[in-house]
Amino acid sequence: MILEGLARLGRSGLGSLERIGRAHLLLAGMVLGIGEILRRPGLLIAQLFNIGVLSMLIIGVSGLFVGMVLGLQGYYVLAQFGAAESLGVMVAASLVRELGPVVTALLVAGRAGSALTAEIGLMKATEQLSGLEMMAVDPVRRILTPRFFGGVLAMPLLAAMFSAVGVLGGYFVGVGLLGVDSGSFWSQMQSKVDFHEDIVNGVIKSVVFGVVVTWIALFQGHDSVPTSEGVSRATTRSVVHAALAVLGLDFVLTALMFGE
Amino acid sequence: MKIRGLCFRRGSQVVLHRVDMDIRRGAVTAVMGPSGTGKTTLLKLITGQLRPDAGSIEVDGEPVHTLGKSALFRLRRRMGMLFQSGALLTDLNVFDNVAYPLREHTDLNPSMLRKLVLLKLEAVGLRGARDLMPSELSGGMARRVALARAIALDPDMILYDEPFTGQDPISKGMLVTLIRQLNDAAGLTSILVSHDVDETASIADHIYVISHGEIIAQGTPQEIAADRSAWVRQFMDGLPDGPVHFHYPALPLADDLLPRGVAR
Repeated sequence: MILEGLARLGRSGLGSLERIGRAHLLLAGMVLGIGEILRRPGLLIAQLFNIGVLSMLIIGVSGLFVGMVLGLQGYYVLAQFGAAESLGVMVAASLVRELGPVVTALLVAGRAGSALTAEIGLMKATEQLSGLEMMAVDPVRRILTPRFFGGVLAMPLLAAMFSAVGVLGGYFVGVGLLGVDSGSFWSQMQSKVDFHEDIVNGVIKSVVFGVVVTWIALFQGHDSVPTSEGVSRATTRSVVHAALAVLGLDFVLTALMFGE
Repeated sequence: MKIRGLCFRRGSQVVLHRVDMDIRRGAVTAVMGPSGTGKTTLLKLITGQLRPDAGSIEVDGEPVHTLGKSALFRLRRRMGMLFQSGALLTDLNVFDNVAYPLREHTDLNPSMLRKLVLLKLEAVGLRGARDLMPSELSGGMARRVALARAIALDPDMILYDEPFTGQDPISKGMLVTLIRQLNDAAGLTSILVSHDVDETASIADHIYVISHGEIIAQGTPQEIAADRSAWVRQFMDGLPDGPVHFHYPALPLADDLLPRGVAR
């Protein structure tokens, strides 16, 4: 009984290691396939549209509301210390350092990541990937690589948009509704938000999240069991794994970037 | 093509066991047998999508089972494969699906490419359907488009995976005619995997009958029709019981239905 349990544990461990190995081989294949998108930039542009442009609405609306909530909450706290004029700094720093990259990555994982997993899983289930292989076309380079780089490039652009719209949301609530001085809002933001410390670090975070979210989404689709249930499970796993990876990595990156 | 001592396992299950086959150039060779006997696996091994556990596969003198990725892709340009599902790219229309391998592997100018694609579609009778999307095609049409795509690069060999499954009689008839005509007109070598006895026997030059991963009979359609072995007769005549049992192995029915300990 004990031996059987140990054997099961061992098999499960070996299975997990195999999956990790396959995931890294897929990542290497996609990165090495960069020549394909240099040769055919149209493939990348199509994916930038699918992953980036089609996510703009949800990113814009979410950014606006997050910025408005930050403006509201920030004002109530700062006003207690007579520092309501610092609202602009608080909103902008929160957005570019943390909320912009993290919330954008979570939203992209939910909207575009799940779609990527389902698309690749269904292509596998309907033998489209095998069909490409039989036409002597490498599906990793032709199908997965453009999607991977599309996701990696779209993520920082979407995060920038999220932060910009969020700042406008904070401005609308803080200045427009609560009476914070407009000049203070912008000037304090301009003087206290550092380009390297805040903005560049935020961009690095969103690039890392772009790699992780897109990689997980594509791997889950490529590795899915080619049945309707298998694709459905892979899609769920894609969102859950991506969300956990983003939150975990955010902690690590924050500690590395902003720790003393 | 030469296959010698081919073995393939999935986990502990033996899918193919010591399979030997010779596929003659220019002939239509059929591999027949009931579902789940390893026919599609055999095709995947021939095309290098799977690697065997033992044995060898030689296509035109090239050992498929040991080829690297680029050599395998070079070989595949000389092979076409018709998948059971058609495997058309769902985001491309009929024209672009057929044009796909040409665009990937040739530098033809658009005018020449258009002419070639239309000729391939003409060969399968679907030139008029060039602008339709795969979702607008019937099952039979989808397979004919897939066939046009499979012959787009003028391969030396074409492999068909269950081409007649789920087709209405008219579509079946069309596919039967197309497979034979394409083979003869283009000088192809065809491997046809199927469990549709009449259609396959009507166009095959040589038939291998496979069961539980082993070849149990081979010969011309006439020789297979005259084979008296119980297994071949059950398969060819579609008998519900015989060497392949109607019932999946199970406990006696009474043991399953009656509670334990009840005296019988």
